[in-house]
Amino acid sequence: MEQNKPRLFAVLIKAMLLFGLFNFAFIFTHNIPFGKLSLYNIVFLGRERFPFGETKESYNLSLFDLDAMFASHVLAGTTKSSNEYRVFLVGDSSVWGTLLTPEQTLAGQLNANPISACGKTIKAYNLGYPTISLTKDLMILDQAQQYQPDMIIWLTTLEAFPKDKQFASPLVANNAERIQHLIAKYDLNADPNDPALIKLSKQKQTFLSQRRTVADLIRLQIDGALWASTGIDQIYPKDYEHAQTDLEASDDFHGIKNIKDALAIDVLDAGMHAAPVPTLLVNEPMLISNGKSSNIRYNFYYPRWAYDAYRQQLNQLAAAQNWHYLDLWNLVPAREFTNSAIHLTPSGEALLTNKIAEAIQTTCK
Amino acid sequence: MGLTQIAASILAALLVGAVTRGAWRTYSLLVLSVLAVYWFQPAIPLRSFDFWLPSLSLTLVILIWFITSQAGAWKSRQNLIGLSIIIGIATLIDLSRYIFSDPLLLATTPPQFIQYFIFIIIGTVIILALTRLSRTTAWTLSFSIILLLAILIVLKSPTLSLQTSIFFRTLAHRPIDNASALDLRWLGFSYIAFRLIHILRDKQLGRLPELTLPEFATYVVFFPSLSAGPIDRAERFAKDLQNEFILTQDETLLAGQSIVIGLFKKFVIADALAYIALNDALATQVHSTGWMWIHLYAYAFQIYFDFSGYTDIAIGIARLVGIKLPENFAAPYTKSNLTQFWNSWHMTLTQWIRSYFFNPFNRWIRGYKSIPSWTMILIGQLATMLLIGLWHGITFNFILWGAWHGLGLFLQNRWSDFAKTRFTTTNSRLQTAMQIGGILLTFHFVALGWVFFALSQPVLSLQVFMKLFGI
Repeated sequence: MEQNKPRLFAVLIKAMLLFGLFNFAFIFTHNIPFGKLSLYNIVFLGRERFPFGETKESYNLSLFDLDAMFASHVLAGTTKSSNEYRVFLVGDSSVWGTLLTPEQTLAGQLNANPISACGKTIKAYNLGYPTISLTKDLMILDQAQQYQPDMIIWLTTLEAFPKDKQFASPLVANNAERIQHLIAKYDLNADPNDPALIKLSKQKQTFLSQRRTVADLIRLQIDGALWASTGIDQIYPKDYEHAQTDLEASDDFHGIKNIKDALAIDVLDAGMHAAPVPTLLVNEPMLISNGKSSNIRYNFYYPRWAYDAYRQQLNQLAAAQNWHYLDLWNLVPAREFTNSAIHLTPSGEALLTNKIAEAIQTTCK
Repeated sequence: MGLTQIAASILAALLVGAVTRGAWRTYSLLVLSVLAVYWFQPAIPLRSFDFWLPSLSLTLVILIWFITSQAGAWKSRQNLIGLSIIIGIATLIDLSRYIFSDPLLLATTPPQFIQYFIFIIIGTVIILALTRLSRTTAWTLSFSIILLLAILIVLKSPTLSLQTSIFFRTLAHRPIDNASALDLRWLGFSYIAFRLIHILRDKQLGRLPELTLPEFATYVVFFPSLSAGPIDRAERFAKDLQNEFILTQDETLLAGQSIVIGLFKKFVIADALAYIALNDALATQVHSTGWMWIHLYAYAFQIYFDFSGYTDIAIGIARLVGIKLPENFAAPYTKSNLTQFWNSWHMTLTQWIRSYFFNPFNRWIRGYKSIPSWTMILIGQLATMLLIGLWHGITFNFILWGAWHGLGLFLQNRWSDFAKTRFTTTNSRLQTAMQIGGILLTFHFVALGWVFFALSQPVLSLQVFMKLFGI
C-alpha cells in the first residue's frame, strides 16, 4: 500500500511535463478552426451582427477570430429557403449600427417590412464591423461567399480608402494569414510582409501565449447566453457626445496631398468582383456640418478638397467599370447623426433604407 | 484574495511549514497574518483608510487579548515578542512612506508618522485604561461585545456606512458628493468580529483557555481565512498551533489537492458562472421565464463554487502550516431537507450562531411556559435566520432572505413532525423517489431564496419572482 502513495516530487515533475507537452502540442493546433465550434445557432440564437464591444455590460466582446465571428452570426444558422433573396450588408460601424438596436440598423429596417426582389422576399444580413478599412471589408466579403448571397451591398466612405490605413484595423492586423491569402487571390497591390500584419512566431502559438484567444472564444459563448436572454449586444447611453460640428481649421487628410494616388482602389476592385452576384457599392451618408471651419471641412473626418476629389474619382470609376453605384453622401440631414459623422439615428437609417430598398429592387426586378 | 495574493500565501505557507518549528512557527504565522491584514485590504476612497482599518483590526485584537488574558500576562517573553511583531510591522509599513516612492503593501500612501504616533498613544491609553480600571469584569467583556456589534452594524448598514463616510470626509475637509456606503470596505471584519465575540463570550462563560498574544492574534487574523473564513474555534486552533508540526510529503499533497480544487472552483467555475448569474441588471433585462431560471441556477451554483472554492484554498494553505481549518460546506445542494442544507452550508457560521444565539435564545424562550411549542420553534427559527441575514448586510433584501429561510425551516420542522408518523414506507424505490424529490424541492427553495440575496431591492426581487413564474 505504501508504494502506491503518490510522491510529491514525482507529481510535480509529471504535472510540469504534461503541461509543457500540452503547451507545445498547442502549436500544432494553430490551423484548426476552433472558432467554428460554437453554441450559437445550436443552444441559443445567433447574433444579428458580429460580436464587437469592450465592456462587460454590453454582453459582447471584440475578437479576431473570423470563423468564430461568423459562427456566432445568425447567418451561420439560417438555411436559405427557396423564397429568400439573400442580401449581405458589408461596411463599417454605420452598417453594424453603433447606438442602434439590431432592429434599427439598415439590415433590421430592410427586414422589418417584406420587400420583394426577383420574385423573392429580401432578407438582409448585417455583416458590418466597426473599423474602417476596405481590406477588412474584403476579408469579410470573401469569407461570406460560402453563405450563398444573392446580392452584396457594400457601404463605404473615404476613410476606408487610404492605402496606409488598410491594415490599421485590429481585425486585419491580427489575421495576417488571411490577408496574405487575399493579397495572392486578388492580386492586391500590398506587401504580404507588411510589419503592420501581426505574424505569430512558434513561441507565440503556445497555449500560454494564446490563452487570451482561448479565453475570448469561451467568453464569446458565455456572452451568447446573455445575448439570447436579453437581446442586448451594446450599451445605449442616454447621453453621449454628439458628432463634432465646430471643426479645426485644418485641411489635412492623413498627410495626403494627392487623393488619386493614395487610395486602395485595387482592394475596392477586388471586392466588387469577389462575389459572383450583383454588388452594389454605396458611398455612405455623412454629416455635412454647418459650424466653425465648415468652409474647410465637411466634418471631423474630411477636408472638403479631399472628399470632393474622392467622390469625383469614385463616380468616374463606377461609371467606367459599369458598377452598381449609389452616391448617398448628402442624403441624411445633420440632425440625424449621433456620435460620429457616419453614425445615423433610426430616422436617418430609415432614409437610407428607402434608398437601398429601391436600389435592390432596381438591380433585380 | 486575488491570484497573486493566493500564490504569495501558498509560497509563504510552504516556507513556514517546511522551515519553522515550535514557537518560531507561531511567530512566523503572526508576521504573515499581520502583513496580510494590510496587504489584502482593498483601496478605499477615504484617505489612508487602507492603513487605518487594518490598524484598527489589530488594535481590537490587542485590546481584547488584554481584556481576556490574565493580569500581567503581557510581561511574558512570548507576549512581548507578539506585541513587538504587531506594532513593529504596523510602524514599518507606516514609515515606508518615507523610504519607498510606491506604498509598501498598501494601495495608497500610509499616513504621516505623527498621525500614526498619535494613534498608537491613544490606542495604548485606551487599552491601559480599560484593562487597569476594570480587568475582565463582566462590564468590560459586555462592553467589548457591544462595541464589536456596533461596528458591525455600521459596516453592514448602507445608511450608517454612508453617514460615517460623510463624517470622515467632512473631518478631512473633502467633498462629500462622492461619499458612498462602499467607502468603508473593511476587509474580513465580519469574520474578525465573530471570532472576537466568540472569545469574549467564552471568557464570560469561563471556558476560554489561556492563549498567548501570538496565538490569539494569529487565530483572529490568520491569513488564509482572513477574507472569507471559515470561522474556527480558538481552542481548536491553538491546539493545532501548539502541536509539533512537520510538513510531510503527504500533508503537502493533501494541501495541494485542496488548493487546486479550490482554485478550479473559484477561478474557473464560479468566475465563468458569474457572467450569467442573476444580478440587478439582468433582473430588468431578461424577458423570458426559461432564461430567468437559467440565470437563477447560475447564481445558485456561482455563489456555492465561489465561497466553497475560497474555503478549500484557505483549508489547503492552512494545512501547509499545520492548521486544520474546519470544513465550511458538505455538498449542501444534495441535501433532502432545509435543516440538512443549513447543516452543510457555511457550517462554521451556522455553528457559531447555534452556539451563541440559537441555543441560548431557545433556553430563554422555553422559560415562558405559556407560549405554545410551535410558536417557540417559529420564533427561534425566524430570529436565527434573520440574524444570519443581517450578518450579510442590514438591508430589506437580506431580511427577506433570512425570513424566507426562517419560515422554510419552521414549515419543514412542522411537516417532518406531521409526516413521520403518517408517511413511512419500506419500498426502496419510493424512498429513493422521495429522497430525489426532497433534494429537488430543497434546492429550488434555496435557489428562490437567492433571489433576495442576489438583488439589492425588494422590488427587483418581486419582478424576478413574477418572471420566474410567468406572471
